Amino acid sequence: MLELRNAAKMVGADYHIYPTDLVLERGTLNVLLGPTLSGKTSLMRLMAGLDRPTGGSVHFDGADVTGMPVQKRNIAMVYQQFINYPGLTVYENIASPMRISGKDAAAIDRDVRKAAELLKLTPYLDRTPLNLSGGQQQRTALARALVKNASLVLMDEPLANLDYKLREELRQELPKIFAQSGAIFVYATTEPSEALLLGGNTATLNAGRITQFGPTIDVYRRPVDLATAGIFADPPLNAIEVTKSGNVFTRPNGGTLPVPSHLAAVPDGPVTIAFHPHHLGLAPQTADAARLQARTLVSEITGSESFVHLDYDGVRWVMLAHGIHDIDPDVEIEAFLDTRHLMAFGTDGRAIAAAGHAVAAAGKV
Amino acid sequence: MARITLDHIRHAYGANPKSDKDYSLKEVDHEWNDGGAYALLGPSGCGKTTLLNIISGLLQPSHGRILFDGKDVTNLSTQSRNIAQVFQFPVIYDTMTVYDNLAFPLRNRGVAEADVDRRVRDILEMIDLAGWARRKAQGLTADQKQKISLGRGLVRNDVNAILFDEPLTVIDPHMKWVLRSQLKRLHKQFGFTMVYVTHDQTEALTFAEKVVVMYDGQIVQIGTPAELFERPSHTFVGYFIGSPGMNVIPARIEGSAVTVGDETLTLDYAPKTSGAAKTELGIRPEFIRLGREGMPVSVSKVEDIGRQKIVRAHFAGQPIAIVVSEDAEIPTDARVTFDPSAISIYADSWRVGREA
Repeated sequence: MLELRNAAKMVGADYHIYPTDLVLERGTLNVLLGPTLSGKTSLMRLMAGLDRPTGGSVHFDGADVTGMPVQKRNIAMVYQQFINYPGLTVYENIASPMRISGKDAAAIDRDVRKAAELLKLTPYLDRTPLNLSGGQQQRTALARALVKNASLVLMDEPLANLDYKLREELRQELPKIFAQSGAIFVYATTEPSEALLLGGNTATLNAGRITQFGPTIDVYRRPVDLATAGIFADPPLNAIEVTKSGNVFTRPNGGTLPVPSHLAAVPDGPVTIAFHPHHLGLAPQTADAARLQARTLVSEITGSESFVHLDYDGVRWVMLAHGIHDIDPDVEIEAFLDTRHLMAFGTDGRAIAAAGHAVAAAGKV
Repeated sequence: MARITLDHIRHAYGANPKSDKDYSLKEVDHEWNDGGAYALLGPSGCGKTTLLNIISGLLQPSHGRILFDGKDVTNLSTQSRNIAQVFQFPVIYDTMTVYDNLAFPLRNRGVAEADVDRRVRDILEMIDLAGWARRKAQGLTADQKQKISLGRGLVRNDVNAILFDEPLTVIDPHMKWVLRSQLKRLHKQFGFTMVYVTHDQTEALTFAEKVVVMYDGQIVQIGTPAELFERPSHTFVGYFIGSPGMNVIPARIEGSAVTVGDETLTLDYAPKTSGAAKTELGIRPEFIRLGREGMPVSVSKVEDIGRQKIVRAHFAGQPIAIVVSEDAEIPTDARVTFDPSAISIYADSWRVGREA
């Protein structure tokens, strides 16, 4: 178990990591999700002991490891920029941590081949890293981290330089490897879809603070604040400020939206309502869908769906519509909002109510 | 902007190529329209960067010619081809201001300072760095620097083509949305000829009018995003486009009957598969309906990825993926139906039409 107790990192007068409490259990996969400079790498460096916290402490399996150098802890790290020994073959690169720990040759051979098979490196075992593509080099670094049998594996955007089909396959495989190894895995990414595909737990980071930590799908469905909802949205979250009075939300210019039943208990007054782009469409999703007028900015086609970028009452939204809709820019269109999925946030950004779907899902548990 | 002709181009990095497999780029013979937006999409090692480097002049093809608007440029240097390039990592002058970085390609060509100013301001607005114009480039974040690189690629409007080599890889997801849609808007407004290399399907599909899918040194399909999605002409395209990719299932074809394990489907045509060594049925996960009707499947895993669920199942002994909406119920005795219009039949990996 890895524990951060009020751990903080200050540089000069600025907090890079605000005082943070976090407990990560063995055998779990924990995603750190946040944009560049949100503190993912700083937090990992504290966990690893590469940096000493300026306040608070770090504990591993009950022992205080604050300030213990990284070499003395059984940790593996994988970076976005792959690091390998250029003079060694792929086989020896993967084997190196086991050679250092004095494992016997037969066990090394078995583990190297198993990791190579998993990461599709078997045909390249005799090559040196410089004769490999970038993706193959990164897989070599991943394989080395996996065979090290570390108790804490820290991965900083490890798949960012790989092509997405390979990433898709590795995201399928990695959770299985994690589950088997019993180590604590920490995985930093800027991509919400990557967190969702990996599953496990997610901590969302915003400007040096963990805004929420919990099972990934719960954080996605029930964000505690607007910042978390925004971090956990790709395409970007659509949000708009309105004033609730009774059963209508009103915009400053007088435009209105109906209040769905799951938000009926939200107190009257100013609120921010927000929703994901796939809950806005060109056709009504249900009989109660809200009808609204928007102006198109640009549309993008993915082959089966369309992202339509819109201006709704001066606010920029993205719609993810089923089917192919190549709509010209600057056209007035009618859009439908599935209000069952609206989230509401107070003026302080705290969640007042989660989307109806999340409420229903929580009810079942 | 120019029409680009790729005239029987082939490339081998080694000397004396003998057989097809010695070529990193197998024969490419295509004409790309003036003002078109093309994406070269494929896994690493597929030849897409080789092809881009041949277009930019960084590489001389072993065979064939390249023409801009009918004029042979095969032996011209990159500079004399009059193109703009944006690379994966920012290439900027750290000691210059953001403004001067953007103005550089224009001043280099002796553009009048008033025109330089107008263009640079437009671009600053577009890349959302107007407030940073007078700042030195050093000290900016990686994605701000990359935005300058992108801006510099777009600042001249007299180039033959703008070539992008994975330009958004280092950009944060939210900023990717903004930059991508701005590129698309610019393309609609000004009709630049753009060639965009990427391994990211969303980028390729949303950016390009025509996506060039490459695999193992060859172009396997050039098509609109919809064509690639609905009618992949090779099983690789089916696999590579879409997440998860197309289900490709070994099948026996007899007339219009398609048999997988104990299940037989009937098409409204007889696919032309005579003499093929290997026949397969292709169906995308989005076109399989999961419910209480149809053929039996056994569900092994449901992955909730927020917007939708990916159901992993076995159908007639074969693993398949099915995509259902986030609200969908998954019945205990699940059955599936395939949308007949979404079924493709493959013979030796290539999509086949009806028997003549």
